[in-house]
Amino acid sequence: MSFVEYSDCIQDGDVAIVYLSHNSVMPVKVQQGAQTQTRYGVIRHSTDLIGQPYGSKVTCSKGGWVYVLHPTPELWTVALPHRTQILYTTDIATITMMLELKPGSIVCESGTGSGSLSHAILRTIAPTGHLHTVEFHQQRAEKVQEEFTEHRVDHLVTVRNQDVCKDGFGVTGVADAIFLDIPSPWEAVGHAKAAMKRQAGSRLCSFSPCIEQVQRTCQALVDQGFEEINTLEVLLRIHDVRTVSLPLPDFGPDCRSDGVEETSPNYAAVSLKTTTPPREIPGHTGYLTFATKPRT
Amino acid sequence: MADNGDEEYRIQQGDYVVLKRGDIFKAVQIVPKKKIIFEKQWFFLDNAVGNLYSTTFEISSGGILQPQKLKETGNPSDLKEAGTDNRNIVDDGKSQKLTRDDIETLKEQGLKGQEIIQQLIENSSTFRDKTEYAQDKYIKKKKKKYENTVTILKPSCRILAMMYHGREPGKICHLRYDTLAQMLTLANIHAHSKVLVFETCAGLVLGSIMERMGGYGSVIQMYPGGGPVRAGVESFGFPAHFHDTLHEFPICHVNALLAGELDTTAKDPTAEEKLNLAADEQIQPEAEQHGSPEEQSMETNTEEDAAQDQEKIEKEKRREAKAQERKVKLEEKRKKLAAAAVLLEGRNADGLVIASRFHPCPVLMTLLKFLAPSRPFVVYSQYKETLIECYTKLKEQGGTVNLRLSDTWLRHYQVLPNRTHPVLLMSGGGGYLLSGTTVAMDQSKPAASQRSEEPAPKRQKVKDTEG
Repeated sequence: MSFVEYSDCIQDGDVAIVYLSHNSVMPVKVQQGAQTQTRYGVIRHSTDLIGQPYGSKVTCSKGGWVYVLHPTPELWTVALPHRTQILYTTDIATITMMLELKPGSIVCESGTGSGSLSHAILRTIAPTGHLHTVEFHQQRAEKVQEEFTEHRVDHLVTVRNQDVCKDGFGVTGVADAIFLDIPSPWEAVGHAKAAMKRQAGSRLCSFSPCIEQVQRTCQALVDQGFEEINTLEVLLRIHDVRTVSLPLPDFGPDCRSDGVEETSPNYAAVSLKTTTPPREIPGHTGYLTFATKPRT
Repeated sequence: MADNGDEEYRIQQGDYVVLKRGDIFKAVQIVPKKKIIFEKQWFFLDNAVGNLYSTTFEISSGGILQPQKLKETGNPSDLKEAGTDNRNIVDDGKSQKLTRDDIETLKEQGLKGQEIIQQLIENSSTFRDKTEYAQDKYIKKKKKKYENTVTILKPSCRILAMMYHGREPGKICHLRYDTLAQMLTLANIHAHSKVLVFETCAGLVLGSIMERMGGYGSVIQMYPGGGPVRAGVESFGFPAHFHDTLHEFPICHVNALLAGELDTTAKDPTAEEKLNLAADEQIQPEAEQHGSPEEQSMETNTEEDAAQDQEKIEKEKRREAKAQERKVKLEEKRKKLAAAAVLLEGRNADGLVIASRFHPCPVLMTLLKFLAPSRPFVVYSQYKETLIECYTKLKEQGGTVNLRLSDTWLRHYQVLPNRTHPVLLMSGGGGYLLSGTTVAMDQSKPAASQRSEEPAPKRQKVKDTEG
C-alpha cells in the first residue's frame, strides 16, 4: 500500500480504510497481532486483514461484516482525524485541475492543516513532483509529517514549521503551483510569487471563506501583476436515489362508463424512481481565487 | 533577452498551442506560413516561434505578431475626473464625436488599439461626467473591441476543458470543466495505474487522464465504431512516449473477450473487414487520397496516351503497395488488439471512467468486470435519469460500495473594489456523475459468512444447497 500506488493485498504496516456503511469509514493501521473494535465487533489484523486482498469483505466477531478498502486521498479525506477544518473532495478536485497539477509538478502549500489537500496533491504529482508545505503550528506540522511517513509518501514532501506570511515557503523560483489556505493570504502573495518559477504561467490558488478576504487577496494579486485573476465557488449536490409512491385521488365512480369496471382500484398509486436532495447541504465552503504568474 | 535554460518554455515550430483573447480560447498547431483566423482577425504564428509561452502579441497589419511590451500599468486615460451619478447624462446618440468612418480611417492608419480608445475617450462628450465605475466599464468594452492582441498559452487540461465547454459543448456531451475535475479526482487518476476509459468527448477526457498519469502506467481506451476519436488528445501536445502508454480496444469485442473467445492470434475476419472499410475512408485520408488524385490528373494532362501503359503499371504498383501497407496496418492493429486484450484479461484495472453519448448503464455493467476490487469508477452523463438506472442496477447486483450520484454547481465572481458580486450569467448545468468503489463479489468463503446476521445468510443457504 501507498497513497500513490495501488497494491493488491493488505500487508503489515499498511493503512487500510474500513468501510462500515455509506457515511462511516475509519482508517486502520494494520499491525500484526493488533485488534480494531467496530460496531460490528472486533477485527483481528493477523487473520482478518494481513494477506487479504483489498476490497475483501471481513466478517467481524459479532457476525457483522465490513469491507476493507485500499486507501485513496478521497477516502482519507472522509476518514482522517481532524486537527483543523479541512478541504473536501469537491474543492480539492477543482483546485487540482485549476492549478494544472500533474506528475512532476512542484507545489507549495500553506497551511498544511490536517493534510487533506496535501494527500491529494501528493497523489497527483507523484512520482517525480514535490510538495513544499508550510505549517506554523508545531504540533500539527509534526503530526502531519508522521502521517506522510506512515502513508509512504514522505519522499515526495517537505514539511516546514514556519510562518508563511513572514518567512515564505522556504524555497524560491521552483514552484509550478501555490496553494494558500490561511487567514490573511494577501500577506503571503509576495512570498508566493518569489517561490514560483521565473517563467510566466505558474498558478496560484487562495481559499478563503469570507468575501472580504477575497477582495484583499485580489488587490494584492493585482498589485503583484498577477494575470487571469478569477474567483469562483463550487458546491456539491448529492442526489439520493429512491422510489417514491404518489397516491392517486379517488374521483368517485365514472358516470360515463358502464359501471362494469371496478370503481376504486386498490392500486391507486403510481411509484417512480427518482432522486431527492438531502434535507440540508453545505451551502458554502470557501471562495477559490485563481491567478497566473506574469512574465517578469 | 535570451534567458538560458528555458527552452521548454519557448514556443517551437510544430507545437500545439492555445490562443487566448479575453475568455475565448482556440487550439492550433504552429505551422509555418499558416494563416490563422481567431476572433474575426487573421494572422500568422511564425513570429511567435522562439518567444516564451504566455506572451501576449499584438497583431499588426499583414497578420504579423509582435510581442507586446511588458504591461504598461494604468489606464489609457489617467485623467481622474469623474461624475457622481448619471442624472444629467442623456442618451441623445451624439455623445461620440467620431463617426464610423473616422474610426475606420484611424484603423487604416495603423493606429494601435490603445490609441484608438484614447481617441474615442477624448471625443466622448459624456465620458468625464460618467462615474468612475462607468468609465472603467466603457474602457473595458472598447478594449475588447479595438485591442487586437492574442496570448499564446501552453495547452493543459484546464484550458482545453474550458475551451471545449465554451466553443463546442455538444462535442463533449456538455461536460463542464468542474465536472471533469471531479471525475479525475473521484477516479483517483494518477501515475502508475491502469485506467479504462470509454468516452465520446472528442478525446478531451482521455487527454485529461493521460495528463494526470504523466506517461506512467497504462490507459486503455474502449472505443465504439471503426476507431477511437482522439482529436482532443492531440491538442494536449503530449511527448511521444505518452502514446506508448495508450492502448485501444474495440467495444464490439468486449463480449468475446469476457467469454474468453477472443482470438487475437489468428486473423480476425471482422477486424479485417472493418479495417478495409476504415482504410478506405478514414485511416489514410491524408497520405494517400490527397496525393494520388493530384498525381493522376497531372499525368493524364501532360503525357496523354503514350503514358497510359506506364500508368497502368504504376497503378498496379500502387495498388500492390497499398495492399502491402494495408497488411502491415492490419498486422499492427492485430498486435495492438492483442496487447490491449492482455491488459484487460487480468481483470485488474485500477480505474474506470465513462463519459459518452451512449446509454451508460450497459457500458458500466460490462466494463466494471475488468476492474480489480477496491478501485474507483466514475460515470458521467448529461442526464440524471440514466444514472438513476445505473445506481439501481448496481445496488441489485452488488460488488460496489460508496455509490454516489452527484453534480456540481459552479459560480464565478466579479471581484473589484466596491463592485464585488456573482457574475450575472452562470452555466445551467454541467452534467451528472455516478461514482463508487468496487469490492469483492459475495460468493466466496461460505464458512465465514454463515455467522453473519445481515441478510446474507438467506442467500448463503441457497448457495450452500446448490453447491
